[in-house]
Amino acid sequence: MPLPHRPEGPRNDFTGRFCAPLLDPERPTPRDVTGPRSKAADKRYDVYRNNVTVSLIDTLGETYPAVQRIVGRTFFRDMARIFVRAEPPRSPLLFEYGRGFSAFIDDFEHTASMPWLGDVARIERAWLDAYHAADAPPLAPETLANVPAESLSTMVFTPHPAMRVVRSAYPAVTIFAANRQSGPVGKILERGGEDALVTRPHLELFVRKLPPGGAVFLVALCGGRTLGEAAAEALDREPRFDLGANIAAMLEAGAFTAVEAANC
Amino acid sequence: MNDITIGSRRFPAFPVAGRAGASFKPQHLEAIVSAGARVGFFEVHAENYMGAGGPPHAALTRIRRDYPLLLHGVCMSIGGPQPLDKDHLDRFAALVGRYVPAVVSEHLAWSTHDDVFYNDLLPLPFTAATLRTVCDHIDEVQSAIKRPMLLENPSTYVVFAESEFSETDFIAEIARRTGCGLLLDVNNVFVSATNHGFSALDYLSEFPLQHVGEIHLAGHAEQTDDEGELLLIDSHDGPVADAVWKLYDIVIGRCGPVATLVEWDSAIPDWTILMAEADAAQTIMDRHSASFAIGGRHAVAS
Repeated sequence: MPLPHRPEGPRNDFTGRFCAPLLDPERPTPRDVTGPRSKAADKRYDVYRNNVTVSLIDTLGETYPAVQRIVGRTFFRDMARIFVRAEPPRSPLLFEYGRGFSAFIDDFEHTASMPWLGDVARIERAWLDAYHAADAPPLAPETLANVPAESLSTMVFTPHPAMRVVRSAYPAVTIFAANRQSGPVGKILERGGEDALVTRPHLELFVRKLPPGGAVFLVALCGGRTLGEAAAEALDREPRFDLGANIAAMLEAGAFTAVEAANC
Repeated sequence: MNDITIGSRRFPAFPVAGRAGASFKPQHLEAIVSAGARVGFFEVHAENYMGAGGPPHAALTRIRRDYPLLLHGVCMSIGGPQPLDKDHLDRFAALVGRYVPAVVSEHLAWSTHDDVFYNDLLPLPFTAATLRTVCDHIDEVQSAIKRPMLLENPSTYVVFAESEFSETDFIAEIARRTGCGLLLDVNNVFVSATNHGFSALDYLSEFPLQHVGEIHLAGHAEQTDDEGELLLIDSHDGPVADAVWKLYDIVIGRCGPVATLVEWDSAIPDWTILMAEADAAQTIMDRHSASFAIGGRHAVAS
């Protein structure tokens, strides 16, 4: 989608005239800029077009390295260029840029044969969010161990600022992991959905594949449900849900920072 | 100079005038920490540290413990006609409060129009109207951070037919009206002089050197313009060019040792290579320092 056309504005609105062609190669060089001594400025203005477009494509490449590795650099940059022109950043914080990229990939006709690619991008987005999230000490296992057994089901948990859950109907976690390491990627044999738990309890990032029902359980806890309610919801959706294993896994991952009795 | 203490945190107060420093890149942290770094300071782009926490702040906190830090904003859009982004200004001021940088600087450029962020330092015409908005914006930044900032001269590829001021007159008038200091990017002077066919030496003799609190040096790349003539690109992806070192030598000869940053933001080399560039700047300053040792000029920002 091209940016809305802004006709020649007031004199001081040189920015509107200058920026309209930056992401729209169909538009000519703005009339009010030249080279020295009124020289032509098309190639000169193209330096700005190039700086803007290439730097934003580079930003997407840094945020989505697994996606880039999967589709190849040339394809990725062509795809990213279309995205950059359609959805330029709305914030000067580039680590926030590209939240719409996974949805864009879902709808991109040339990646239709890779229906899982958008979910790989979602995990990469969650990874970067976790990277920049606020620091907080994770919940110590002893804290939960000290809760009397009869009160456990009424406890509610505070999610860690870096914790993210990404659900996928495809083996997105396996594909993500294979393409974020530097070694060769073998044939991916996994089938079926995989849910990711992204955490950063201290400075190191972790991406885990959640066990059956784990995503429903964690999302419910993040929504403020008690442990009992979240477990019931998970069991209802996934009979294989193992409460003990999931509690152990979420503590080990550092997914939460605090636990308290509901309504206190 | 006394250390600065905020709450329980102590910030070593290092004077940076007359010292050469380097861009801090996270991939260099290990080399810097393990081997120590013979540099006077590190400078970072403010926007890279506007996340809430995580490895970026851990690395910067580590660096700030042992070195002075200079904070360089690249996205404030001071040169544009629209009001500054209040949220961005708040984040910028919070970062100044968090790290107590020795110098805070921004660009004479713009990057946001409406709410679209173009991620480049875009040029502005030099008119009475743009002069007023730039000065208003600098007043606003300086009042938000409660200290003077330095404004950096741009590198440009085009000129605006409507400009009424020379770049140096425009910048001098901004410094006069707002009390801000100046960041003289010598590579930008060379790039713009080449691109627009003026003399870099003339530019420097018109530039209000008495307000310069920091100097930037960087590498540039070569392309050609519409007529096939040389067009330099401010690419920050290589060593400082010989011609830029010569200009730098002349500037230091005129204004004495000034905090000098070697920037390297793309195709980033090993730490030792970047450190050698900063060393080269230090050597030039040291050679001139004798002439400025007694009653010499000191940088405006400290």
